[in-house]
Amino acid sequence: MCRLAAITSDKYFSPMENILALETMKEGHDGSGLGLTLKDLGGEFEEFKGFPIMSGICSKEGIGVLDEFMDKHGFKIKHVWTPKIKKVKGVISRDYYFARAYDYPEHYKNKSIQEKEDILMNTRLALRKLGEPDESIFVFSFYPDVITIKEVGDPLQLAEFFSLDKDGIRAKIVFAQGRQNTNYAIYLYACHPFFIQGYCSMTNGENTAFVPIKEFLMSRGFPGYIGYNSDSEVFTHILHYSVSRLNFPLHYYKDVITPLKPTEIEQRKDKEALNLMKQSLRPLCIDGPNMIIGFTPDGACFMVHDSKKLRPGVVGGIKGKYALMSEECGLDRAIPKRDKDKDIFPMKYDMVVIAPQAKEIKVWNQLQG
Amino acid sequence: MEPASGIMLDHNHRLSLREFPYIIRWRDDRCKRCGKCTAVCPVKAIEPTVKVQRIIQSEGTVPSPTASRKITHIVEQVTDMERHCTGCGTCTLVCPNEAIEPEYNPQHKFYHYKNKGGEPLKRGGRRNDPSVSTLDKLKFTRISMLTDPALDAGRHEFRIRTLLGRILPPEELPLKMEDGKLVVDKSSGKFIPPVREIFPIMIGSMSIGALSPPAWEGFAMGVAYLNEVEGIPVVMASGEGGMSPRLLRSKYLKYFILQIASGYFGWDEIIHALPHMVEDPAAIEIKYGQGAKPGDGGLLMAQKVLKLIASIRGVPQFVDLASPPTHQTKYSIEEAVAKMIQSMSMAWGFRVPVYPKISGTKTARAVLNNLARNPYAAALSIDGEDGGTGAAYNVSMDKMGHPIASNIRDCYLDLVRQGKQSELPLIAAGGVAKKGNLAANAAALIMLGASAVSIGKYIMQAATDCFGDEYNRCNLCNTGKCPRGITTQDPKLYRRLDPDRVAERVVETFKAADVELKKIFAPMGRSTELPIGMSDGLSIEDEAMAKRLEINYAC
Repeated sequence: MCRLAAITSDKYFSPMENILALETMKEGHDGSGLGLTLKDLGGEFEEFKGFPIMSGICSKEGIGVLDEFMDKHGFKIKHVWTPKIKKVKGVISRDYYFARAYDYPEHYKNKSIQEKEDILMNTRLALRKLGEPDESIFVFSFYPDVITIKEVGDPLQLAEFFSLDKDGIRAKIVFAQGRQNTNYAIYLYACHPFFIQGYCSMTNGENTAFVPIKEFLMSRGFPGYIGYNSDSEVFTHILHYSVSRLNFPLHYYKDVITPLKPTEIEQRKDKEALNLMKQSLRPLCIDGPNMIIGFTPDGACFMVHDSKKLRPGVVGGIKGKYALMSEECGLDRAIPKRDKDKDIFPMKYDMVVIAPQAKEIKVWNQLQG
Repeated sequence: MEPASGIMLDHNHRLSLREFPYIIRWRDDRCKRCGKCTAVCPVKAIEPTVKVQRIIQSEGTVPSPTASRKITHIVEQVTDMERHCTGCGTCTLVCPNEAIEPEYNPQHKFYHYKNKGGEPLKRGGRRNDPSVSTLDKLKFTRISMLTDPALDAGRHEFRIRTLLGRILPPEELPLKMEDGKLVVDKSSGKFIPPVREIFPIMIGSMSIGALSPPAWEGFAMGVAYLNEVEGIPVVMASGEGGMSPRLLRSKYLKYFILQIASGYFGWDEIIHALPHMVEDPAAIEIKYGQGAKPGDGGLLMAQKVLKLIASIRGVPQFVDLASPPTHQTKYSIEEAVAKMIQSMSMAWGFRVPVYPKISGTKTARAVLNNLARNPYAAALSIDGEDGGTGAAYNVSMDKMGHPIASNIRDCYLDLVRQGKQSELPLIAAGGVAKKGNLAANAAALIMLGASAVSIGKYIMQAATDCFGDEYNRCNLCNTGKCPRGITTQDPKLYRRLDPDRVAERVVETFKAADVELKKIFAPMGRSTELPIGMSDGLSIEDEAMAKRLEINYAC
């Protein structure tokens, strides 16, 4: 079972806070990987808010291919960040880790956000396709104000490896996953958090309904619904599909993945819509033990569980800073000075939503609607 | 050549018992000559007869054999192919001394001779193939272990339900936002098709007429009990031949699917009952084909068309009721079938799902793709080659049709390619639980892509103790002489069947299947939705089959 540490704040903070929280949950991850997604960036990226940032890893050959591709498609580099790599025992270094802010091609500068999102996603997918066969290019995200870092190894060792403790990289939302590899070979594209067009999620479970969900998403005719090296990637894509493609308010994500029973739906004011949704979105109903932590493009963060609450999860903090963790010890490490009595252990019907900038925390109950 | 004269032909014209599919084993020493077996035999394959016996006896201390002749009564199997023993074993059931039983003869040459007068063999039952079916070869191999805890079939909540009816694609849902909530946009004018939530195992079409009154009544009572008392929403299809007028006007109609087939038998009564219906039926099934006898319509032999059946179907008594092989109005699937679906929908104000049923066929995908484009088609039911029937030509049953496993898989994957796998439910039938593994076969078909399965022959056997099997045992359904009273309209025979007991067995069978489905889904970590298309859960020990079905090969 993977361990998850997410923090959202109204001030910029270092991803080391998440790494140290993961360290307290060390018995739960086996060094098979660390995934970090940073949103609402501070530090050197603060002045590049409107520019898309590509995060990834390349081999020496791969970076040439990437540069040529980006140049050909009219993307101009605005800023480059590379971690200061420190040799650490047990971590095998790859050639080139990067986060690069680009300027849009001329003819895209005045396009709508949707059109820009599509060109960014399609660029990422094209690069993935180019670099995946020989693993020369990994691109994890290409979106404004978001950086993703992934590598195989123990989270604390990797933090040292990337010199995150010394680097000035900061963000207001940081998601971190300490990976416990289970079903699949250790592969970077299988590492959480997963990201698509501003939507991100990570999970600490197994998805037994993976194949029908994957087939349903892949048959939607949306180019971004591919990959699925991990059965958890579908949770991110369901989030994107529900909120971005179908325009449902965020809390309906819970109704999509864990729909209520007919007798329970009857109690809801929106029962007619729920019944139709339940029928049409039946293939997206998740199964197996899962707790999901996610964020949306506006910076709201949330936590939901599978329909039986078979995995742990806790949310707590103070106004202006909240943490969403798979274990309470992680929360204690991240925000020790908080009123523990107010910690929230969401149950099977709950969806905890933290407003952007960590302004407030709300528990939405599925039964009440 | 001159005919031989004055020479005995040694009964050369007669068949020997070795040509017969079942040979009666009768024990002289046990038989008390009560005559029950010969009286009960539905085909008169055995008869009491008289033989002269030569008995050698010797008395005293020195051997002094003397021969005497004695007239004795025996039970003898006749060698007339028209009266062949079908192996039903009713004689064994009634024998007080276990003196008689039929024995299967694997070397028989039954099919060589069973065509007297140029009339090919007709029978009831299903394909005579006792080998292990593909469905029984499928195993569930994705077991939740440690990385994801298996569920507890006895403690956790499971939703073993499916949807019958056309489902709108999510992108086309007529929803709008009001005060932060989604509401149905009534002003959009979008047609929202009717959908039923049902148990994923349905009872397939067996008509009143094919079945005896207590058999059909027993099924109907069982289904009503399952719904109203057990809370298991099982639905049952009427078969072609209508339903009792009282049932049509009752609140229980909602548990029944009315079938319309090419003979339209029973529909006069149904149309007349329409204004008086207090509930809508669960669905309407338009039968275009049947797995057991592709290319043939329904067939109710004259001997089964007695007063009750004649009145429900609106026909004279004692005439063969053969439905045409196809609907006479059928011109093309694009218009005639679409029109029929729309007409049936219209009759119930578009409140009832209407779907076609076809026999398993290589061309099923063509039908499917057409239906996928028809927004009123509520489902597609595909009946594979192992489906049962009350009457058909043996050649149709044994040699015609398509196995259900690959047929349903192909159709499902076709829907996946179009992104319509959640829109048009597939109903799989034909050989489900042939060997009694109801839940396992149903779960396997669901994981191959079926939304529901339909059972006929199996539930009939399980609930009414039918003798039939794939060694051509009994299979007398077409003759009206069913020794169990299941497929006969003869009151002397059907009073042997207790409808209450049939209902009880229906309930027991479905309750057990419900538990077994949970026992399959729990260790696979599935509980919240039916695992339709969860092909990663299945494996088979045959590489070619694994490749064909696009599932794992495990050995």
